[in-house]
Amino acid sequence: MPADAFLSTRNPEMTLRQKVWQLNWGMVLLLCLVVAVGIAMLFSAANGSMEPWASRQLMRFGLGAAIMFAAALIDIRLWFRFAYLFYFGSLLLLGAVEVMGDIGMGAQRWIDLGVVRLQPSEMMKVALILALARYFHGVSGEEVGRPTFLLLPIGLALAPAALVLKQPDLGTAGMLLLAAGAMFFCAGVRWWKFALVIVAGLAVMPVAWQFLHDYQKDRVLTFLNPENDPLGAGYHTLQAMIGFGSGAVTGKGFMQGTQSHLNFLPEKQTDFIFTMLAEEFGLVGSLTLLGLYCLLLAYGFAIAFRARNQFARLLALGLTTNLFLYVFINMSMVMGIFPVVGVPLPLVSYGGTVLLTVMASMGLVMSCYIHRDIRISRRGTPEA
Amino acid sequence: MLQKNEDNERQRSFSRRALLLGGAQSLLLAGLAGRMYYLQVIEADRYKTLAEDNRINLRLLPPPRGRIVDRFGLPLASNRQNFRVVLVREHAGDVEMVLKALSQIIDLDDHDYKRVLREVSRKRGFVPVTVRENLTWDEVSRVEVNGPELPGVTIEMGQIRDYPFADSMAHVLGYVAAVAERDLTGEPLLELPGFRIGKNGIEQKYDLALRGSAGTSQIEVNAYGRVIRELSRDEGKRGDELVLTIDGGLQTFTHQRLMAEQSAAAVVMDVENGDVLAMASVPSFDPNAFNIGLTVKQWNDLLNDQLHPLTNKALAGLYAPGSTFKMVVALAALKSGIRPDYKVFCPGYMTLGRSRFHCWKKHGHGWVDMHDAIKHSCDVYFYDVSRKVGVDNIAAMANHFGLGHEVGIDLSGERAGVIPTRDWKLANVGESWQGGETLITAIGQGFVLTTPLQLATMTARLAGGRQVIPRLSRGVRAGTGPTEADGVAPPDFPPLDVPLEHLRVVRDGMDAVSNHPRGTAYRARIEEEGLELAGKTGTAQVRRISMAERAAGVTKNEQLPWRRRDHALFVSFAPVHKPRYCCAVVVEHGGGGSAVAAPIARDILLETQRRDPSGRRSLPIIAPAQIAERG
Repeated sequence: MPADAFLSTRNPEMTLRQKVWQLNWGMVLLLCLVVAVGIAMLFSAANGSMEPWASRQLMRFGLGAAIMFAAALIDIRLWFRFAYLFYFGSLLLLGAVEVMGDIGMGAQRWIDLGVVRLQPSEMMKVALILALARYFHGVSGEEVGRPTFLLLPIGLALAPAALVLKQPDLGTAGMLLLAAGAMFFCAGVRWWKFALVIVAGLAVMPVAWQFLHDYQKDRVLTFLNPENDPLGAGYHTLQAMIGFGSGAVTGKGFMQGTQSHLNFLPEKQTDFIFTMLAEEFGLVGSLTLLGLYCLLLAYGFAIAFRARNQFARLLALGLTTNLFLYVFINMSMVMGIFPVVGVPLPLVSYGGTVLLTVMASMGLVMSCYIHRDIRISRRGTPEA
Repeated sequence: MLQKNEDNERQRSFSRRALLLGGAQSLLLAGLAGRMYYLQVIEADRYKTLAEDNRINLRLLPPPRGRIVDRFGLPLASNRQNFRVVLVREHAGDVEMVLKALSQIIDLDDHDYKRVLREVSRKRGFVPVTVRENLTWDEVSRVEVNGPELPGVTIEMGQIRDYPFADSMAHVLGYVAAVAERDLTGEPLLELPGFRIGKNGIEQKYDLALRGSAGTSQIEVNAYGRVIRELSRDEGKRGDELVLTIDGGLQTFTHQRLMAEQSAAAVVMDVENGDVLAMASVPSFDPNAFNIGLTVKQWNDLLNDQLHPLTNKALAGLYAPGSTFKMVVALAALKSGIRPDYKVFCPGYMTLGRSRFHCWKKHGHGWVDMHDAIKHSCDVYFYDVSRKVGVDNIAAMANHFGLGHEVGIDLSGERAGVIPTRDWKLANVGESWQGGETLITAIGQGFVLTTPLQLATMTARLAGGRQVIPRLSRGVRAGTGPTEADGVAPPDFPPLDVPLEHLRVVRDGMDAVSNHPRGTAYRARIEEEGLELAGKTGTAQVRRISMAERAAGVTKNEQLPWRRRDHALFVSFAPVHKPRYCCAVVVEHGGGGSAVAAPIARDILLETQRRDPSGRRSLPIIAPAQIAERG
């Protein structure tokens, strides 16, 4: 039934045109809106100037859009095939940071490739999710129940997390583990195993505390009680909350935020950009952005539900959860309900690697949608 | 097919769990929304306040200090523009190079140079640092012209206290200086850098009135303290203008006249209302120097000067009144019933027990009554009556005339002096009173100590018949000028508790001192018709006068070193028949009262009457000045 195959999206082999038609334009629009909010805030952060942040962010958005569309249109089987390769490549870069990375903000996070400065830890988030999706795709429901089948994916998750933790970057390490955990959960790992890990985690916490850097300990302690040291470690949190709360319902107006423009806010163009938005646009602004993110996340979940193969399901779910983690950790951090761990607000905060990887990952989610009906065998061969 | 079934099973499992995960995420996101509501709605007011506190700083604007003017409106203390060069590091770039360029245009000593470098390194880059104060116009224009070569250098204008009368008003006005640690009262104005408060004299006494109240400027600052803009400004209230009783012209004259002597003091008063028209003490100092800041050496020189230039001798110098005390003794005698025509024979001495008390005139005055005794200043007469009156009655009369206690002028630093009584001696010396001491007291020697201000007050009461209290402030004129006519009544003092006839006897005696050819101060009389003065000379021995010394006779004054010579005193009032002004003069170690002090008093009283400050219309005032209370 060629006609039917043409009309139906169930035909796995699609032409490029068909794929473009299948692109999730609602999601693209949402992405554009969120990025536009970010650029507006960067414009405000520079006191009404495109320089130095907004224009560069715009250019990166252009690049990111290209990557996103490419990622969306590339056949999902290709992603399946190269998942491990991508994972090990990222792991290699992450190891390279250890050896030759730049020190930024007191931690080794960047690697200079001559042309671009990359944060391999950001790429690792996507790579780990790809690798785990591929692994669990190849494991049957029954096998997932056996502990031996869990050793490899646990290793896949722990290796990059350990490297990132050593940089040290508590936030990213945590995100890697949480995203991995979500995938383990949805892949069908038994409940009691999670309970075991949580209990073990709690038991290990006092020991882990010893290995934290002083500034990390400070951040955690400060988070627990920001006002006991208002001019020291708690200063940033407190100032962020003041900025946030003083925005009230309607905000102080675009470019009128006193906390941000008089430099009481730290890192207002990166990690604390949401505070600035909340200060200038109030509850209306902050809820609107939160709503946009919720819609994006809902799209992601819907795509995961509709996918017909486990790889796409897990990939869409993992990447969506990853986006959720960014949003949740950043927002709770600037609102004073989470320690300051240096997680940016995706698509809004200034920063190239995060923007590009998040857009690429949204591209992958779209790819899951476009190729939702393709079936992939356990070993990766398609079947009709 | 098997795989398909299994995949369906996997999908169901996935969907279940993904739904749980999505639900959990939704809950967490709803929690975020709740947190937003909490921060931005429930706690919004608190955070708004905190944000405003962060951003807005209040800055105090020092009010211009009130002027001090004389009774006719002549400025005695005012403010003048003070130009200073300031440097802002972040505009200057290379601070050392800019300073070097600046030092070629204006005088900069090594001390300034180092201080600026030190301050610049300590303060934030945008905080201006004062390089030098008190620039001349010439220097200001040179700096302005060379502006392009001096990045970060600007001229700022401030106000500095100016005392046009310089040293002639120094003791009355005092001076202003930077606030010391112990002056801090919690008043924020006092903590402003460069703020100056009255440290002495009128400037101190009326500091609160002169100070005014601070204005405020609301400024927006960023997290580093840099000023972004001014939000609002309240200029505050400038200090009140204080009107003194002083006649500036007379003050200058008096000071000039005293300058002929090494160390002297004089007070000119209105006998009716107690207005102090002139009060001078030499040597003096230039209060303008305190503004700019004295060097340690200059300060030590002033402090250690044997002639005590910093002391206002008119109210803090203690002198035995000598014969100027005799009017008080005479009035005490009259009060105790001794008639004016009571006569005493003066052989040149009086014997009491085994001691012999000399009169200043070796061969005696013969028979003298009270009038002659004052005219000739006969010591023996007063020895005689004092024995009849007793020291305690003399002291009571002296107290009634303002001696022996602070007279209560509105100026700090006044000293009480000593009017001895039997009790006083027992309490302070620990011995009982001896008869001979009454005699010594009667001629204003021994324990008796007075200030020139007390002597002037005594004379004012004598001449005016009222219990006047000297005052320096007539009141304030708020802001810049009078708003209504003279609304404050001049003080009305009660009459003395002395019969007018008694006063007349004494005044007549004083008239004769100056206007009778045989009076002790006849040579220092005023010859102008209607302006004649009445006075009383005094010569106070500086050395502790033992009875033995007195018995051995008086050594010639000129043979003594300066420091041991007698003080010369003269108290006087004029015009003699309708007294209006009085004047007391003390010349330290000047010698005889008639030869040294009387001519000075004569010149001052003549000038006073020519100027007639009380007769001319003076500046209207609107309120009495408030006196600063300090803890």
